Amino acid sequence: MTDVYIVGIDMIPFGRYPSRTVPELGAEAAWLALDDAGLGIRDMQALYCGNLMEAHLMVGQRILREMGLTGVSVTNVANACATGATAFREGLIAVKSGLYDVVLAVGVEQMGRGLLGGSGRSDGFVEEGALGSNTMPAMFAQIGVEHARKYGTTFEQFAKVAVKNHHHSTMNPKAMSQRETTLREVMEAEMISWPNTKLMCSINVDGAAAAVIASERAARRLGLMARAVRVRASEMTSGPYTPKEFAIPDFNEVTRNCTRLAYEHAGIGPDALDLVELHDCFATAELVHYENLGLCNEGEAGPMIDAGETTLGGRIPVNMSGGLLSKGHPLGATGIANLYEVATHLRGAAGARQVVGARMGLTHVVGGSFGRGSACVVHVLERV
Amino acid sequence: MCPEISSESSIARVVPAVPFLVVAPDGHAHLVGSRCTDCGAIMPGRRIACAACGTRGRLESIQLAESGRLCSYTVVHRSFPGVTTPFVAAIVNLDGGGTLKGTLTDVTPDPRSLPYDMPVEIVYRDSGQKAADGSAFLSYYFVPSRRGHKND
Repeated sequence: MTDVYIVGIDMIPFGRYPSRTVPELGAEAAWLALDDAGLGIRDMQALYCGNLMEAHLMVGQRILREMGLTGVSVTNVANACATGATAFREGLIAVKSGLYDVVLAVGVEQMGRGLLGGSGRSDGFVEEGALGSNTMPAMFAQIGVEHARKYGTTFEQFAKVAVKNHHHSTMNPKAMSQRETTLREVMEAEMISWPNTKLMCSINVDGAAAAVIASERAARRLGLMARAVRVRASEMTSGPYTPKEFAIPDFNEVTRNCTRLAYEHAGIGPDALDLVELHDCFATAELVHYENLGLCNEGEAGPMIDAGETTLGGRIPVNMSGGLLSKGHPLGATGIANLYEVATHLRGAAGARQVVGARMGLTHVVGGSFGRGSACVVHVLERV
Repeated sequence: MCPEISSESSIARVVPAVPFLVVAPDGHAHLVGSRCTDCGAIMPGRRIACAACGTRGRLESIQLAESGRLCSYTVVHRSFPGVTTPFVAAIVNLDGGGTLKGTLTDVTPDPRSLPYDMPVEIVYRDSGQKAADGSAFLSYYFVPSRRGHKND
């Protein structure tokens, strides 16, 4: 099977666009990605579109109404926080299989403000507060507290994740928030769900990101190899059974399974990585994923953030974009936006936040909710 | 264990808040689960197939334990509109298998008073919410163990 490449990729600045529509935002990102590749919508043989909140409203087709109704295959996908990455991966699979040479993947979301999580029950019973909590901050807080129970991880260590990612965001003009924070400010912010304060929660924003995916033959034919980024691995897993399945999704196991497959298929280990964009939907999540992605040994995530190993200039910089904590987390766009971040570093085009000499990077998204399940996607990208 | 609801008449108008909470005609409440006779997995509720191994038709109905240990928790300070905070959302590993999420009550909602692995019990209480027909929703709650724990 052919090697598959990203030949164009970009994102709109994440923010709030109440006067714009989902298809408009998606089309804008798609045009940016096409411009990056020097191609047009008529060159795209298929469209893979990720969106969560309008999953039943044919977002991909509506994007083509904005861009040009070329009549190609459109696949709309929804997969919790892994939605954008799932759309990208579906496009990649189609190219890898030889079905198409050049396809477009778009991830787009318009978000409301406030807490995510619960949805009402038809019998009127309000579970929140009576059966624990269904909010996203509470779910990821409990994952962090479990880590603290096992390894003694502290509130301060979790808070340092937010300080680091906010710092990185000051160098990313496309991040929603680009504001430096102090450890004290993060720890003294409003407590949302112990130990996550408001500054340790990702920001609900609108956003879109897009990628042009090509086979090696097409990339060479179109003269796009010079800026192409090779996809070394693309893996997806769903939550496996664990004894806790009916209480809380196990974001650790689903990530570990996906990561294991990705390293295996890329033929590398975590030591080969120069940077990582991982799913920091909450500060507590980033620390557990250091271990889930094999960036450190079991129980060492706390000391790892203390030592600054994941800050720009450290051993393995994590979330150079500012992460979801500062860049923002438009659910359907996130999984392509993190590919954009890593690809930009591999191309040496990340400006002030550039990880110097980056050759190999990993992206990770994981999503899910109480009583439903989880989805994880991991990609490994390599500079050509 | 009997629900902590006083009058005889109210018992007849109780609706379980979750499908795996069963209230017997005599008012006794318990949590039903399934145990896979192939792999031993224990899951809440009645099921056709085992979620762990996929085996069909080999599940036996069991009663879930009413004691366990605090696996993880969070103190929820910000919740959906109308929900009283703070409260403790907890994950509890039941003695004998199975894990449930729920609200840990009768505690101070402060991490300093919530030791990891603390023994807890399940109680059944009127949630204070009513169904459309006026029935009271009965739910299960975690409370600190009053008996001490068998492994202590």
